[in-house]
Amino acid sequence: MRHIISILLENESGALSRVAGLFSARAYNIESLTVAPTEDPTLSRMTLVTRGSDEIIEQITKQLNKLVDVVKLNDLNVHGVHHIEREMMLIKVKATGSKRDEIMRLTTIFRGNVIDVTPNSYTIELTGTSDKLDAFVGAFECDTILETVRSGVMGIARGNSALHA
Amino acid sequence: MELSGSEIIAQFLKDEGVEYLFGYPGGAVLHIYDALFQADEVKHILVRHEQAAVHAADGYARSSGKTGVALVTSGPGMTNAVTGIATAYLDSIPLVVLTGQVPTAVIGSDAFQEVDSVGISRPCVKHNFLVKDVKDLAETLKKAFYVASTGRPGPVVVDIPKDITDPNIKIPYTYQASISMRSYNPVIKGHQYQIKKAMELILRARHPVFYTGGGVVLSNASQSLRTLVQRLGFPITSTLMGLGAYPASDDQWLGMLGMHGTYEANMAMHETDVLIAVGARFDDRITGHLEHFCPNAKIIHIDIDPSSISKNVKVDVPIVGDVDDVLTSMLKLLKEDQDNTDKEAIKDWWKKIKQWRKKNCLKYNKKTKVIKPQYVIEKLHEVTKGEAYISSDVGQHQMFAAQYYKFDKPRQWINSGGLGTMGFGLPAAMGVQLAHLDKTVACVTGEGSIQMNIQELATCLQYQLPIKIINLNNRYLGMVRQWQEFFYEGRYAMSYMDSIPDFVKLAESYGHVGMQVDQTSDVEDALKEAFAMKDKLVFIDFITNREENVYPMIAAGKGQHEMELAPDSELV
Repeated sequence: MRHIISILLENESGALSRVAGLFSARAYNIESLTVAPTEDPTLSRMTLVTRGSDEIIEQITKQLNKLVDVVKLNDLNVHGVHHIEREMMLIKVKATGSKRDEIMRLTTIFRGNVIDVTPNSYTIELTGTSDKLDAFVGAFECDTILETVRSGVMGIARGNSALHA
Repeated sequence: MELSGSEIIAQFLKDEGVEYLFGYPGGAVLHIYDALFQADEVKHILVRHEQAAVHAADGYARSSGKTGVALVTSGPGMTNAVTGIATAYLDSIPLVVLTGQVPTAVIGSDAFQEVDSVGISRPCVKHNFLVKDVKDLAETLKKAFYVASTGRPGPVVVDIPKDITDPNIKIPYTYQASISMRSYNPVIKGHQYQIKKAMELILRARHPVFYTGGGVVLSNASQSLRTLVQRLGFPITSTLMGLGAYPASDDQWLGMLGMHGTYEANMAMHETDVLIAVGARFDDRITGHLEHFCPNAKIIHIDIDPSSISKNVKVDVPIVGDVDDVLTSMLKLLKEDQDNTDKEAIKDWWKKIKQWRKKNCLKYNKKTKVIKPQYVIEKLHEVTKGEAYISSDVGQHQMFAAQYYKFDKPRQWINSGGLGTMGFGLPAAMGVQLAHLDKTVACVTGEGSIQMNIQELATCLQYQLPIKIINLNNRYLGMVRQWQEFFYEGRYAMSYMDSIPDFVKLAESYGHVGMQVDQTSDVEDALKEAFAMKDKLVFIDFITNREENVYPMIAAGKGQHEMELAPDSELV
């Protein structure tokens, strides 16, 4: 099953490589990983998406917790936790002639924003679940897409509960 | 007090109560060596290879319970130390390894003797640090000792760039006696509810067995383990790493379990209904084929490391906590409950175990003229009255030592269990001897392993370490040869040792005493003579039976009950 794991870790050099190294050393897979400092500059918040059986996910969370730089973590896909996830994508597409209107309409349907324009292309910003981004990409013919960049998934639990040091 | 970085290191080690520093100098640590030289507080032991520095610090730590400390230079100094660090990591030994690094300004420029020490060591340390500012140095050192020695212990590397130790930059220094880290809070106290649940299972058990490991030794829980096991009257077995935590001379002791464990220990594991795993981690050398592992058992697992629990084997009652703390809580509960074990069932269980014992699975023919390695170890046990500290290398001799030297005390048996590092024995014995200057220390080794760190004979001379080296010389890499005999139709690819040195002359050239023994009838006298030389290192080269095999054996991938016993075991 797919799990989103939120990790609060010391904002120190090498902390990211400890997490990445753990996954490669123990042959776990990482689907996406995103990390940036929090409002407290001594801490970084990482969101990691992985897949595995219940036993493997249990080992992953235990091994992550064992890393000295990890302050706290939260598996957002366990029973009783509801969560929100978002991913952001910047996508540059060919936009010429009548296609320009069509792409604008498509962008509106997906609640995206065109953030850069040239006579031949649009760059669109789009936020949502990974599924939604996939759907948007799927709406274009392959040769229309010039370039995509995705942030990786960010997740947060619903309600008042918060992950803090 | 205003000190430079290098002076801080010298002063901190003294304040932290470090007795010995095992190391080897080089460019990046010259400032540190200069400060150590001038302070002259911590005793520095100059090894002959950085790997040996770490093994010696490790042997010191295993036998004393204190944190071992090593100091090596950057680049090759650090990479040589890696085997030692990984050895300590696999066996959870508290070490602090200080590695020199090129100056901060040139890090990343492929400078002379530069390697990414933090990157290289990361997968085989409990934690590591790169010190980027001299102001962080003292606190980082404190954190290193704290992390290394608490929770599940392990090695910590502190990488120190040369400019951090600049003698001209002085900053205020005070020793911090304790430290806390928000991201590191090991659980010590076991959960009371889980402990109660475990006790209920234990009291209902009909075929219980204790399976204990190195965690008992690390947690200094030997006494509480003995009390609990003896009060309950249950059988007990242990892993290679746990030997000595429970006295081998006691009647409830079944011997070691696992690949080369005793018949009774492995059969008891196979038929147990309640397995009490204490500070052990269900390693593949213990479990054999997982499908056949303890098929009828409810499993209780006490371990300080949550990630050890249900990693290889799913357990029924996990208890996260310090072994000694949990066992003490169990004893308290047992007192309240008095003795409600199922005495009849336990009696029957022992009857069954005694039947297994009758196989006498460690039996071997003692009447041969050519020396049996088992015999040497049995005589070693006799001559040293079972009181010696025994370090070993890795291979057949290690298994023979584990099987035939009956360890009665914890920290008496020093070996590389997890990583299986050949070359560990001699440098580890140096650390043991330094930790126990007036005690008898022997290193059981083979002609393969001893040559992996033979250069340390010089260190032994320099510091007058009267270690007795028991070299079981069969002119083969015995364990490799055994596997080739069993699984490769006797094709002995590269397991034959040609051009073996004359160990007697070799020992003598290093200024020690060398002896060679090639007949069973001379073994005892030779050992007596060697151990009578209290202030000399004696290297005894025992020419042993060439194709001796270690039995019993569970082949990799087989179940616990599918042991092979020695082919002539019923005959002798």
